[in-house]
Amino acid sequence: MTEELDLAGPDSDAGSEEVVLTPAELIERLEQAWMNEKFAPELLESKPEIVECVMEQLDHMEENLKRAKKEDLKVSIHRMEMERIRYVLSSYLRCRLMKIEKFFPHVLEKEKTRPEGEPSSLSSEEFAFAKEYMAHTETYLKNVALKHMPPNLQKVDLLRAVPKPDLDSYVFLRVKERQENILVEPEADEQKDYVIDLEEGSQHLIRYRTIAPLVASGAVQLI
Amino acid sequence: MFCEKAMELVRELHRAPEGQLPAFNEDGIRQVLEEMKALYEQNQSDVNDAKSGGRGDLIPTIKFRHCSLLRNRRCTVAYLYDRLLRIRALRWEYGSVLPSALRFHMSAEEMEWFNQYKKSLATYMRSLGGAEGLDITQDMKPPKSLYIEHFLPRWKCEQLIRQGVLEHVLS
Repeated sequence: MTEELDLAGPDSDAGSEEVVLTPAELIERLEQAWMNEKFAPELLESKPEIVECVMEQLDHMEENLKRAKKEDLKVSIHRMEMERIRYVLSSYLRCRLMKIEKFFPHVLEKEKTRPEGEPSSLSSEEFAFAKEYMAHTETYLKNVALKHMPPNLQKVDLLRAVPKPDLDSYVFLRVKERQENILVEPEADEQKDYVIDLEEGSQHLIRYRTIAPLVASGAVQLI
Repeated sequence: MFCEKAMELVRELHRAPEGQLPAFNEDGIRQVLEEMKALYEQNQSDVNDAKSGGRGDLIPTIKFRHCSLLRNRRCTVAYLYDRLLRIRALRWEYGSVLPSALRFHMSAEEMEWFNQYKKSLATYMRSLGGAEGLDITQDMKPPKSLYIEHFLPRWKCEQLIRQGVLEHVLS
């Protein structure tokens, strides 16, 4: 398979970008998104273009397999490749769903207050799912307990009740693009903040909060 | 002491290992709600006395009852929410149809929540594109075999072995 795929980037300030990727590059992008999502404590920017293209790719491979002769070996290898890709995609989407459910009030609040032009952390389908999850859970708690409680206690602020993701948790990363002058803020009062450079190819263990924007921009890869 | 029943609910879940769903303690919930009602009514009356009757000495008791009310609510919501999380996990473990043993441990409202969750999840998965979407509750483990054992005539494989696509496995 040597055809290339059109991967239309999200609408950004610079207008929509079109990137043409080979299938191999697409899968690499998927694996990178998957690993980032696995290791990041918060829900990352949604990548609907990657999901869509990978789904198309899988359909394509399925089509090819149906048409291929019963050459046992080629079919097995292609099928294995399909299973592998399907596993990575499923795992990626599952990981996202788990974070959406775990932090649902915060995820929805973030989307509600998102400044225009900033990319969303939720695909439109994920957004619908999150809203339903919140509505069902709120209704459930209200009907089973809250509405039977004294009037001044019937409202529970889910934003306060449900914990937020811990952005200060430590993550491993590998640097893809050299970064200079990254400000590392102190954890304790006795420490001072300091500045580091991140060399390309180097690996670090660092607080997620410090490098969150670099994950979003693709300058670092969580490992 | 106040909040005993509420604490018991929390302890009950704390004792149940992950993945297990004890029977819904309807009675326990009812008792906590009753205690909350009683505490609230006592507070209402004391607040009146404190305001109009000049009974400032009642204020510590009022505060104490209010704290108990908040604790009761927190424990109740924690109990109910934790159970929802366990029920959610069941969908991923057992699929759409739950074993009847588990169903008996769920309240009618919990069942309703479960059905709504299933439906939301199904809608989401269908939306993932392709003909029927993608069932992400499958493929929970990475494909195991890196090597497919095949018995093939040597002349068919030689090329591929040299290309590194296949490996000659002697077992």
